[in-house]
Amino acid sequence: MMLARVIGRSWSSIKHPTYNGRIVFHVQPVRPDGSSIGRPFLAVDAVGAGPGELVLVAREGNTARQVLEAPEQPVHAVVMGIVDEVSVAGAPKGSA
Amino acid sequence: MEQARVIGTVVATVIDPSLVGVRLLVVQPEDADGAPNGPPTVAADALQCGAGERVQIVHGREAALALPISFTPVDVAIVAIVDGSDRCS
Repeated sequence: MMLARVIGRSWSSIKHPTYNGRIVFHVQPVRPDGSSIGRPFLAVDAVGAGPGELVLVAREGNTARQVLEAPEQPVHAVVMGIVDEVSVAGAPKGSA
Repeated sequence: MEQARVIGTVVATVIDPSLVGVRLLVVQPEDADGAPNGPPTVAADALQCGAGERVQIVHGREAALALPISFTPVDVAIVAIVDGSDRCS
C-alpha cells in the first residue's frame, strides 16, 4: 500500500462493466512528508475520496478485487482510505 | 492502472495459441495532462479501440479478466475508452 494525493479524475462511457458507477482518480504517490515520489497512475475510488485529498492506495489486484467486491473483475488499483494524519518519528507530518 | 494513448498495433503470426484472435495495441502511458508517463507497452484490447484514442489500462493478472476468455496469458489490458480527464489542485 502507499500514500498518495488525488490529483485528478478520468471518466469514460465505453468501459468494462465492472467500472460502471465507479469513479477513477489520477493519484500521485507521496512520501509521508507529502512530497511526490514516482509516477502518477489511476486508481478506482472505494471510499468517496475527493480532489486533493491524501489517500491510502493499494496497487495490487487481489487487494483491489477484495475492496471493490469484484472477485473476478479486471481491477488492480484502489483508493481504500482517506488519511487524516501521518506521524513519522514522533512529529506529525503531511497531515491531510 | 494507468491512462494511456493508443499509438499503434501489433501483428504476430507466430504467437502462443491462446493469444490467437486477441487484438494487441501499442499504448503510451500518459498523465492527467496527456504528457508521456512511462515506457510504451503492449495491451490486449477488449473494446475495439482506435488509433489515437485515450484509454485506461489495467496491469497484472487482472488484465486477463477483461477479456472474453479470462484465462488468457496477458498482463496489460484496456478496460475503458477515456471521454475526459482533468487535474485538480
